[in-house]
Amino acid sequence: MTTVSSSAPDRVGGSPVGDSLARRGSSYLYRHAKVRLALLLSAPLFWLGLVYIAALVALLITAFWTVDSFTGEILIEWNIDNVTKVLGDALYHAVTLRTLGAAILVTIIDVAIALPIAFVMAKIASRGVQRALVIAILMPLWASYLVKAYAWRSILAQDGILDWLLGPIGGSSPGYGFEGSVMTLAYLWLPFVILPIFTALERVPDTLLDASSDLGARTSSTFRFIVLPLIVPGIIAGSIFSFSLTLGDYIAVKIVGGATQMLGTLVYSNVGVANNLPLAAAISLIPLTIIFIYLAAVRRTGALDNL
Amino acid sequence: MRLTLTSKIVLWAVTVLTLAFIYAPILVVVLNSFSTSKTLAWPPPGFTTEWWAKAFTNEGAVAAITTSAIVATSSTIVALLLGTALSFALHRFNFFGKSTVNLLVVLPIALPGIVTGIALNNAFRTMLGMQLGWFTIIVAHATFCVVTVFNNVFARLRRVGTSLEEASSDLGAGIWTTFRLVTFPQIRSALFAGGLLSFALSFDEIIVTTFTAGNGVQTLPIFILENMFRPNQAPIVAVVAVVMILIAIVPIYIAQRLTSSDNR
Repeated sequence: MTTVSSSAPDRVGGSPVGDSLARRGSSYLYRHAKVRLALLLSAPLFWLGLVYIAALVALLITAFWTVDSFTGEILIEWNIDNVTKVLGDALYHAVTLRTLGAAILVTIIDVAIALPIAFVMAKIASRGVQRALVIAILMPLWASYLVKAYAWRSILAQDGILDWLLGPIGGSSPGYGFEGSVMTLAYLWLPFVILPIFTALERVPDTLLDASSDLGARTSSTFRFIVLPLIVPGIIAGSIFSFSLTLGDYIAVKIVGGATQMLGTLVYSNVGVANNLPLAAAISLIPLTIIFIYLAAVRRTGALDNL
Repeated sequence: MRLTLTSKIVLWAVTVLTLAFIYAPILVVVLNSFSTSKTLAWPPPGFTTEWWAKAFTNEGAVAAITTSAIVATSSTIVALLLGTALSFALHRFNFFGKSTVNLLVVLPIALPGIVTGIALNNAFRTMLGMQLGWFTIIVAHATFCVVTVFNNVFARLRRVGTSLEEASSDLGAGIWTTFRLVTFPQIRSALFAGGLLSFALSFDEIIVTTFTAGNGVQTLPIFILENMFRPNQAPIVAVVAVVMILIAIVPIYIAQRLTSSDNR
């Protein structure tokens, strides 16, 4: 105690109080909370608002423009052709349903795999094992996404690893296509789903679980009525990742999907090969709308604070 | 919660299986980096260290790693500044539109990558008439990296509370002194963990990157994408991937040590 009280005045009172510019600025800021808030908020809001929100609005606008079919230049001719095309064409309906199906499947698979391992990590493993498991889950995130997708290519290939493994018991790889894409995407996003569920489980107090079983609840009821309601925000936070990442992916689908078309591949081919940015913008409004509906639906659960 | 021995055994078995599922493809990459097959045929016909020797002198790979490191460092610095400022604003103040600001932070990571990518591509090229390059990649990456820093710092601020800071200013310290001597040491490890995640996120990002990189700048993921299907380059890509995993162990371990020692 003595050391603290003797050294603190030296540090703080090094300059005469009220004299230096730093000191005056400090007391000005201390008295004016609104100025402090404005200083803190201005840069991030400027960045996110100007870079991101403006870009999204611009995307919406571009969807109503058109492309000169000769020069490939974007023409500012307002029309709703792109949007009616995307809404009316059977191709886009099919691709939207397929992408949505993939996103839902990937999310269900990931949550199902994540729950038990997250539970073991949070509630059963000792401290040291828990740390080792967290590192084990985090590390694959540093292995390039592309390289992992490519590894799945050799796993799913004809005469590849899955055929080699399953061949003796009469099974075979699903090959490149929708199933392969779902498996690969579920693999790629798994750590993003495990981590928020683990964090949510860690916050559930052990005493609550003990109380529940002391009061005679079976393990299954404790999980169903105590644990699950408390970790729903964590599960939803994880599902936002797997859902959104699947909706927005086109590269893994290109690597293991064969000829499978997803919304992402359609957007990409319209930006690159077809050079029709307005149509690509119109298509990208589909996943944008889907995720906004999803976010609006889960906003009340508090999941967004768990991302 | 009382778990029977059987359910504990089942849960551990499932955990081991999940880890095997997570690491099996990575094991495939490790084996492929030693394979004598240039097209990574399975099972590997033989093993060699040829690719490991070649990878370290491969100019494209080394240049791409440098590019990615520069991009990731720059966007992480921006993310650290913006994310920390935001987390202080949202933790210390109540103001109109607070929940909207909160949503705004998560949006770049909650929206599908392809949407973010095409929106920024369209904004830079069509709206602003800019050339894609270093600047556009770093701006794009920083935008989705802010949330990782924000989350870590905000969670830390919520946990440590403000009583120590109040004590500090009661004892006469100004805002700067309090920040330097009281607040910063409390959030240091959260900044490290958030910055690390942000670096990793930027380093590996490919979807937004392909839309904002243009032709001039080749990050590591773009290098990998372009070389993955080339017969002589595929094993080198595998080597680079393994090296990256090995390098990552150190910072992840440090971050874990830091956060768990703070919890105690």
